[in-house]
Amino acid sequence: MPTVSMTVNGKKVSGEVEGRILLVQFLRENLRLTGTHVGCDTSQCGACVVHVNGDSMKSCTLLAVQAEGAEVTTIEGLADGDTLHPMQEAFRDNHGLQCGFCTPGMVMSAVDLVKKNPKASEHEIREWLEGNICRCTGYHNIVKSIQQAQQTM
Amino acid sequence: MYDFAYHKPSSVADAVAARSGAEDGTFVAGGMTLVPTLKQRLAQPSDLVDLGGIGELHGITVSGDTVTIGAMTTHGAVAKSAEVQSAIPALAALAGGIGDPQVRNRGTIGGSVANNDPAADYPAACMALGATIKTDKREVPADEFFTGLFETALDEGEMIVSVSFPKPEKAAYQKFINPASRYALVGVFVAKTGGGVKVAVTGAGQDGVFRVPEMESALSSNLSADAIADVAVDADTLNSDIHASAEYRSHLITVMAKRAVAALS
Repeated sequence: MPTVSMTVNGKKVSGEVEGRILLVQFLRENLRLTGTHVGCDTSQCGACVVHVNGDSMKSCTLLAVQAEGAEVTTIEGLADGDTLHPMQEAFRDNHGLQCGFCTPGMVMSAVDLVKKNPKASEHEIREWLEGNICRCTGYHNIVKSIQQAQQTM
Repeated sequence: MYDFAYHKPSSVADAVAARSGAEDGTFVAGGMTLVPTLKQRLAQPSDLVDLGGIGELHGITVSGDTVTIGAMTTHGAVAKSAEVQSAIPALAALAGGIGDPQVRNRGTIGGSVANNDPAADYPAACMALGATIKTDKREVPADEFFTGLFETALDEGEMIVSVSFPKPEKAAYQKFINPASRYALVGVFVAKTGGGVKVAVTGAGQDGVFRVPEMESALSSNLSADAIADVAVDADTLNSDIHASAEYRSHLITVMAKRAVAALS
């Protein structure tokens, strides 16, 4: 079995995995980082979004071995101890979630947007969220949350 | 997903060797199509040769009037590239409209072109711009490269190294998206070069991407949307599926082509 090594949330990790193991399986099952969710499992819903070498990606459509040597950040890696990341704080302030299932992916996707396009317009925010689906239809408050985080990040 | 042997070579030569040494191997670029295909057990390769570790396949270079994009360059990188935006803005815009941001951060031009999905965007750009597909063995003009649904001129074990696009005078791409998948229900790429006008259609053809000679000749003598208003592609040659009938696709081709001509820049 191949051995895979990567840095997850600043910590070096490695494990033996079959080639077919997805990054999200490695994160959830090997590392027990269950904040990253699997929704559709067909790379559409975005609940599994994590950052790989600074870009947001769908961890259900990436093999763990493809992330060999990568810097991975998951939702667990955003907060600083008990202090929430400004994006998490903004989601809380603006009721940017209802059931919360899509939230880890929404937050990771939103952080990538604000890092790359800090002044994104409301339209650009909505376009960026094309790959993140919220079944509770909380998009209005998600957009508001991201707009708040644009001021605080 | 069935298991497979995994290889991550660091050069084109090693990749080709790993692939040819495998019983029933396949290359994986970004994996945006292949990984879902493997998950559904629609493919069962014995070996997966990951091209992600080959530095020479990444990057964009502009030399004279040619933009060359390495096979492993992501859609996101093409969309953001100042060189592509300035040389062929329609190509940068096309790349920025594929899938969603996370798919664009992973999906590659080489993977898209090699897969030749009948609803993919890049094949239309390759055909209309007269691109050349460079493999580890040869150079193939786009007109000879796309040979049918998910079929290309690539031989078994042959891999794409880069795709070169000659800079057009003007070009534009317009697509009518499937609202669920964001794939093109119909996409039309129009390019004007010194040699005339080319019109390529994706998403609609029974054999995948195709050119529309009637529109090309009409536009070559009169480059305006009106010139093709009455030119329709025969619905008998087009796809019908749950998303759209062949007649609807035929209608959309003319509409999208007119919009592309109006948007030429």
